[in-house]
Amino acid sequence: MSEQANDAQTCVIIGASHAGVNLAFNLRIAGWAGDILLFDADPELPYHRPPLSKAYLASDDGLDSHRLKSADSYVQQQITLRLGVKVSKIDPDQKVITLNDDSVQSYDKLVLATGARPLIPPIPGLDAANNCFPLRTAADVENIREAITPAGGKNVVIIGGGYIGLETAASMKKLGANVTVLEREDRVLARVTAPVMSDFFTCLHKDNGVTIAIRKNVSAIESEGSTNLVRCADGSEYPADLIVVGVGIRVNTELAEAAGLKVHNGIQIDATMKTSTDDIYAIGDCTFHHNPHYDRWVRLESVQNAVDQAKVAAKAICGEVVVYDAIPWFWSDQYDVKLQMVGLSEGYDEVVVRHEIGEGHKFSAWYFKGDTLLAVDAVNNAKAYVIGTRFIKSGDLINKGKLADLGVGLKPATLG
Amino acid sequence: MPKITFITATGESIIAEGTSGSVMELAKQYNVSGIDGDCGGVCSCATCHVHVAPADFNKTGAASEIEADMLELDDNVIKFSRLCCQIEVSDAVDGVTLTVPG
Ligand SMILES: Cc1cc2nc3c(=O)[nH]c(=O)nc-3n(C[C@H](O)[C@H](O)[C@H](O)COP(=O)(O)OP(=O)(O)OC[C@H]3O[C@@H](n4cnc5c(N)ncnc54)[C@H](O)[C@@H]3O)c2cc1C
Ligand code: FES
Repeated sequence: MSEQANDAQTCVIIGASHAGVNLAFNLRIAGWAGDILLFDADPELPYHRPPLSKAYLASDDGLDSHRLKSADSYVQQQITLRLGVKVSKIDPDQKVITLNDDSVQSYDKLVLATGARPLIPPIPGLDAANNCFPLRTAADVENIREAITPAGGKNVVIIGGGYIGLETAASMKKLGANVTVLEREDRVLARVTAPVMSDFFTCLHKDNGVTIAIRKNVSAIESEGSTNLVRCADGSEYPADLIVVGVGIRVNTELAEAAGLKVHNGIQIDATMKTSTDDIYAIGDCTFHHNPHYDRWVRLESVQNAVDQAKVAAKAICGEVVVYDAIPWFWSDQYDVKLQMVGLSEGYDEVVVRHEIGEGHKFSAWYFKGDTLLAVDAVNNAKAYVIGTRFIKSGDLINKGKLADLGVGLKPATLG
Repeated sequence: MPKITFITATGESIIAEGTSGSVMELAKQYNVSGIDGDCGGVCSCATCHVHVAPADFNKTGAASEIEADMLELDDNVIKFSRLCCQIEVSDAVDGVTLTVPG
């Protein structure tokens, strides 16, 4: 903690999800002694988002086992949670924010952790469709669960074959629905993985009885009684009792833009998470930031990024000299398959694929640019994920020949 | 009700009682510092690392293969390391002591 006294200061955080909540608790660890106010439009005690399309969606559990922190923890750490309150404006000159009831709150330090919201594509008929929902919040899951209970025999159409779409497909299948995924590109996960991973997940879903249809541009939705017909540009059509829209996100940058903060594909921040305006920071899904390891500007949608940026911002706000320098990682769980990814694969020129002998769904894809390992996608193979992480961090060269040779064990010592 | 003792990196001792869920969830409920559980308990983040008291290791059992691999991400891994999201709260683990590595 620096000498500057902060016990009479107020830190206001907009957004109480992975980024905002972690920031609040890390501020206390970093020595912030002043007030901490955490605002979120969502009325729920903050919860983990990843289970919303995975375990939580496929169960009838309550949210309580998926809270980010217990209600007591906020009290204990003197963090004031203001849930169900939307922030409508920031005035960086007066250093106040305006809430949706027109009341104002002043701040000394402000953090935007506003994340993202689902992108709703302009498909004719989508607004009026029956049981058509995105999947980002606990309320979305409530809607989906209600529409799908009982699931047996119901037709579910998922628009978008990204991670959320595919995880939702697996969960809906588990509940007993007939599931179709409509993907506009010529493979699922096209934006984020190599074709070998797309092929694997396509087969996995087909083996589990989910229909994956590619090159499907949804052109209209017609509601018929309590159900719908989803029409595609190629003339195909799919009946749907429930439609889940998973075609990506829009970053919540409106507040920042209106306050004059620099925004470009997200709120621009420096290595300490500070925006272009003094005393205003931004963290998590809403940020556009520089990744030093890859020397690239990126916008990431992951728990890792939200948590790690929160930790850096907390220290920076308390006057410590820190910079954000993390290797991104991510996971996805579908059926009994666990995918773990580390690094950023964009720009790769070669993929080395390694299927471990005699172990069904256990393999890994190693993305290289020249001799440099950029990223690893590991399927049911935590060892590959961990070793990949180590090599990416250290920058040590991997011998690609040995990596591809199944006779050589997957160990750091043998791959160098 | 099964009781579990957590000892934090600063030496604070917290006795937690629960009936179900994972030991990570229990630790979060009691705000045990150092147990972050960032992935929500699906063995993907290794932020719920504990050292089981050697005498209690037969109660918790050893880490599974994927868990042991994930533990390798942490420099503080020892023979008695576990990711506590992978331990269920039950009578079987009543009375164990878990230390959060510093
Ligand atoms: C279904 C699903 C599955 C996912 N699975 C994974 C996974 O397996 N692994 C992984 O790493 N990541 C996963 N993610 C991504 C991960 O959840 C996000 O990266 C993470 O939630 C980002 O956290 P955040 O706090 O930056 O933003 P968000 O979680 O988007 O939270 C932003 C918060 O700000 C609030 N807010 C915004 N504007 C205002 C305002 N004006 N006033 C008040 N409140 C406001 C919103 O209500 C929201 O609660 C998944 C996401 C979803 C939706
Ligand atoms: S909570 Fe992530 S590995 Fe245990």
